[in-house]
Amino acid sequence: MSNLTAWERISLVHQKDRPTVRDYIPMIFDSFIEMHGDRSFGDDPAIVGGIAYFKGRPVTVIGQVKGRNLEENKASNFAMPHPEGYRKALRLMKQAEKFHRPVICFIDTPGAFCGIGAEERGQGEAIARNLFELMRLQTNVISIVLGEGGSGGALALGVCDELAMLENAVYSIISPRGFASILWKDASREQEAANRSRITAEDLIELGVAEKMIPEAPGGAHLGPEETAQNISAYLEDALQRFRDVPVETLLEGRYHKFRKIGEFSEGPESGL
Amino acid sequence: MLEDLFQKVKARMGSEEPQQGFSKMSVPSDLLFKCPRCQQVTFMDTFRENQMVCPNCQYHGRMTVAERLKITVDNGTFHEYDRDMRSKNPIGFDGYERKLEALSKSTGLTEAVVTGEAEIMGEKCVIGIMDSHFMMASMGSVVGEKITRAFERATAQRLPIILFTASGGARMQEGMVSLLQMAKTSGAAARHSDSGLLYITVLTDPTTGGVTASFASLGDIIIAEPKALIGFAGRRVIEDTIRQRLPDTFQSAEFLEEHGFADMICDRSHMRETLSTLLRMHREDSETEETV
Ligand SMILES: [Zn+2]
Repeated sequence: MSNLTAWERISLVHQKDRPTVRDYIPMIFDSFIEMHGDRSFGDDPAIVGGIAYFKGRPVTVIGQVKGRNLEENKASNFAMPHPEGYRKALRLMKQAEKFHRPVICFIDTPGAFCGIGAEERGQGEAIARNLFELMRLQTNVISIVLGEGGSGGALALGVCDELAMLENAVYSIISPRGFASILWKDASREQEAANRSRITAEDLIELGVAEKMIPEAPGGAHLGPEETAQNISAYLEDALQRFRDVPVETLLEGRYHKFRKIGEFSEGPESGL
Repeated sequence: MLEDLFQKVKARMGSEEPQQGFSKMSVPSDLLFKCPRCQQVTFMDTFRENQMVCPNCQYHGRMTVAERLKITVDNGTFHEYDRDMRSKNPIGFDGYERKLEALSKSTGLTEAVVTGEAEIMGEKCVIGIMDSHFMMASMGSVVGEKITRAFERATAQRLPIILFTASGGARMQEGMVSLLQMAKTSGAAARHSDSGLLYITVLTDPTTGGVTASFASLGDIIIAEPKALIGFAGRRVIEDTIRQRLPDTFQSAEFLEEHGFADMICDRSHMRETLSTLLRMHREDSETEETV
């Protein structure tokens, strides 16, 4: 298990040679066929999606695309999707539902893109629609955070039956810098913010946000992409097997309550109903 | 009719005690109101008598829950849900409890949303009103839970639901627990929708961030108030990214309607009537209501 602090994990997942979804897909799946476009506006290269075999079984694979150099990152907008990316993802999820195959989402994004076009085309609506539709999607959904899960832009691929995180992955509502500058009015306290805002796999399992942690190769996924891919594969085989024969109604009930139970509050004596 | 409505509202505003301890008015108690859209200065009394709408540009100002209830629901019909729900401190953020307590004292609210059942011109519904005076109506555990329960109760009782949204986004002080409220509320909205029931959202100034990216954008019918700021990303975040100033109309209600993300923009003076007509049209027991 990782003994790195949250801050150390953030710098680890930001390393240039950290494997991306495009590295993992050929290591984990067979015959991946990529699909493009949201059938409405365009194709968003920040999200990759398609169909592949996993251990002989067809599955739908969707993920946010990080690059490993500036050129790749520019091409995929640093894994920050536009609304059409989320709508492409949703289209492929609905396709998976129709053909009764599981959906596997790989989360790796700083967040949804913030820009004029994104607002004009309804970034908020696109994310909201994914949350809404994923909650009622009648097929098994497994999500895995590979590197960083940034806020609502990550959650749009994260409404699932089970959420797993790579050992060094982080999943947060805002970057530590944003957290420090908004809440403490002092961006220089970003390290402290990272370490105190409970964003690691262990923290999130404890908070009920994530269920499983997938080990990385010793020293981090970049030092052993194959080994890390095998660990992801082993996790997926187990997870897909566990959910395979679960009736759809039970699946949806479980998914609803996975999120329904999150929240910490007290109720006074007057709260009747 | 319009005059009549104003008279009624005025009469009620004047004669009633604030409902159940909600704050009477949290806008600065100055004598003047300076419009954030057109910068015109108006006497505060005139502004209030005009339902907190700028007489010059029609900007619809921010209201407290008590003010909104008064101009929206039938007098005496509101029954509040979950009145005493209060947030805990899920990620142990320093000073969070103290901040909540201080806000509670200054606003008379226990959290950023009030939910309950009410009638609007005789039409029964579940209603939720967010109040930006309470920590910019950011969504944490309590906002998420109250909204979720409101949907669940509406589903169980086969009632329509109307949510007046306003929010600065997620409640950062609650970390990831706050983010997941987006999924929780959207799930409850989905179940309500799958039961064939009506959900109307009224987007008020300002509706942004995680609330825009969850239940606020999921209404069967989406209404926006004139000149309200509505969007996903913060304006400054976008300006920093693109390194240019954005036009004033960016992320306005009008922008939203133009781009196809709102069904209509409705003046406050017509809101009650519009809502009650829509509720009547979706009544389960009377498809031929208009001929009665
Ligand atoms: Zn004005």
